[in-house]
Amino acid sequence: MATVAAPRARRAEARASRGLWRDAFNRLMRNGPALVGLFFITVFFAAAIFAPFIAPYDPIAGSLADRLQLPSAAHIMGTDLQGRDEFSRILYGARVSLFVAVGSVIMALIMGGIAGATAGAVGGKVDNVVMRIVDVMLAIPGILLAIGIVAWLGQGLPQIMIAVAATNAPIFARILRGSLLANREVDYVSAARSLGASRSRMLFRHMLPNSLTALIVAATLALATAIIDVAGLGFLGLGPADPRTPEWGTMLTDATRFIRQAPYLIFFPGLAIVVAAIGFNLLGDGLRESLDPRMKR
Amino acid sequence: MTKYIIRRLLAAIPVLFGLSIILFAFIHLLPGDPAVALLGQHATPELTAEIRAQLGLDQPLWQQYLAYLGQLLHGDLGKSIITNRPIIDEFLLRFPGTVELTVGALIFAVGLGIPLGRYAARHVQGFGDGMVTVISLLGISIPIFVLGLTLQYIFAVQLKWLPASGRLDPRIAIEYHTNFVLIDTLLDGNIPAFFNGLSHLILPAIALGSIPLAIITRITRASVLDVTNEDYVRTARAKGLSERRVGGRHIMRNAWLPVVTVIGLQVGGLLAGAVITETIFSWNGVGRWTVQAIQDHDYFVVQSIILIFALIFLVVNLVVDIGYAFINPRIRYA
Repeated sequence: MATVAAPRARRAEARASRGLWRDAFNRLMRNGPALVGLFFITVFFAAAIFAPFIAPYDPIAGSLADRLQLPSAAHIMGTDLQGRDEFSRILYGARVSLFVAVGSVIMALIMGGIAGATAGAVGGKVDNVVMRIVDVMLAIPGILLAIGIVAWLGQGLPQIMIAVAATNAPIFARILRGSLLANREVDYVSAARSLGASRSRMLFRHMLPNSLTALIVAATLALATAIIDVAGLGFLGLGPADPRTPEWGTMLTDATRFIRQAPYLIFFPGLAIVVAAIGFNLLGDGLRESLDPRMKR
Repeated sequence: MTKYIIRRLLAAIPVLFGLSIILFAFIHLLPGDPAVALLGQHATPELTAEIRAQLGLDQPLWQQYLAYLGQLLHGDLGKSIITNRPIIDEFLLRFPGTVELTVGALIFAVGLGIPLGRYAARHVQGFGDGMVTVISLLGISIPIFVLGLTLQYIFAVQLKWLPASGRLDPRIAIEYHTNFVLIDTLLDGNIPAFFNGLSHLILPAIALGSIPLAIITRITRASVLDVTNEDYVRTARAKGLSERRVGGRHIMRNAWLPVVTVIGLQVGGLLAGAVITETIFSWNGVGRWTVQAIQDHDYFVVQSIILIFALIFLVVNLVVDIGYAFINPRIRYA
C-alpha cells in the first residue's frame, strides 16, 4: 500500500510544480503588455550582445572633424562632441548598462536572499538583528546610498555594481522574509511539519519555492530601477572610471552643455534608457499577474 | 495611542544607532589614510596632522566612534573641508531651496495623481484607464534626468515659456529672510518676483514629481477599486445615494489610507531625486551641494547630508504612521 502511494504522491507533486510554471508561462504569453516588454528587452539584449557586429564605427575613437553632426545616412544618430558615432556608442552603452544592472541585481539577490532566508527561516534574535540592519539601509533614501558608496569606494563599474546592489538587497531581504513568514503558517507546510519533514526540507522543498514568485517579480522590476540608477550615477559624474566609456548616463551629462546645438545627443541616450526601463517594468508587471492570477483585475 | 507612539519612537533608536555606525565607517574607514583621503591634493603635513587630531585617528576605533556619537548628540556635524564653515550653517542656508522643490513636486504628484487614479478606477478597463496606466508606466520608466532635460529643451530652449534654470531671475534682487524664495517674496509683497520664482519652480517640480505621480496614481486606482467592491459601497448605492456622495463619503474616506502611506514613503525618493533634479536645473539646494561635495571630496558634507536626509525620511514616516493610527484604530490596537 505504502509503496504504491509514495510514487503516486511524488508524481502528483511533480505535476503540480510543473503546472505552476507552465500555467504562469502560458498566462504570460497571453499578456499583451508583457510581450511588448519582452520585445523591448530582446532589443536591448541584442544591442548589447551584438554591438561589435552591428556598430558601424568605433565607440571610443572619433575624429574632431566630424564633431556634432546632425543625424544623417552616415551617422543615423549623429555624432557627439568628439566626433564619435552616437549610434555605436548607444549600442556599446547597452553592454555597460546590461552588465552592471544585471550584475547588481544578481549580487543583490544573493545578499538579500541569504539575509532574508536566514531571517525568515531562523527567526528569533537572528531575524531581529538582520531586519534592523535592513531598516538602517532602507532609511537612506534610494540613490543617495548608492552615491555614498561610490563616493567612498571610488569610481568604476564594479563599484557602481556594488552600490546599486546595496540599494536593492535590503528590499529583496524584506520581501523574501515576509513571504517565508507567511508561508510558515500555510496548510501544506503544517502538513509537511506534521509528517516529520526536517527543517531544511521544509525550507528548501516547501517554503522557498513558494516564496520565490514574489522575489522574481521584484528582481525583474529592480532591473528597471538598476538601469536608471546606473545611468543616474553616470549622470552625476560617478560613472565608469574611464570617461570615454560609452555609458548612457555619462553621455547625457556630456550632452547637457550642448542642449541647444545638439538636442539629439540627449534624445537618443534618453530613449535607450527609457526603452530598457519600460521593457523590464512591463515584464515585471506581467510576471506578477501571471505568477499570481489573483492579482489580475 | 501614547503607547503606540512610544513604541514607534523606541523602534527608531536601533535604526539611528546603526546609521551612526555606517556613517562613522564612511569617514573613519576611508580606504587608505582617512586624513589624506579627506584632504586630497591639498594635503600638507600640518593640515593632515590637524585632521588626524580632529578625528582622533591615533585613538582606538571605539573611542573614535564614541567621540563621533558625542559630537552628533550635540548637533555638531563638523566643518566643511572646502569652506571651513560649520556644515549645519551651510545646510540650513540651502535646505529651504530643497524643501521648496520637493513640496512643489509633491503638490504636483498628489494634485494630479489622486484625480487620475480615481478617474481610472471609475472607468476601469476603458480607454481612459488605459491612458492612465500608460502615463504611470512612463512615470516610473523615465528617469528624472531624461525627463528634466527634455522639459528643459522643449519649454525653456525651444518654446521659451519657462526659465531653464535657477530659482529666480538673476536680475531680480530680493531680500532673504527665510531663504524660501516664494515665502520671502510674499513677505515683502513683491508679487512679480513671487511669480518669477514660481515659474522657475514648475519644470523642476514636474521632473521630480513624475515618479511619485506614477506611484500615487497606481495606488489610488488600486485602492479605490478595492473599496468599490465592498459591501457598504453596494449598500450605499442601493440606498439610492448619489454617485458623488458614494464616491466622496464611502469610497474615498476608506481609500485614503494606503494612499497616505505611499505619499509618506515618497519623501525619501523625493529627497534623493532632488540631488539629480537640482543638478539639471542649477537649483541652489542641498542636492546640488551634495554633488559639489562629492566632486570636491568633501566627505564630511556628504556624510552629514546622508545623515540628515535619512533622519528626515524616518521622521516623516513616523509622523505618517502615527497620523495613520489616528485615522485607523485597527492599527493602534494591533
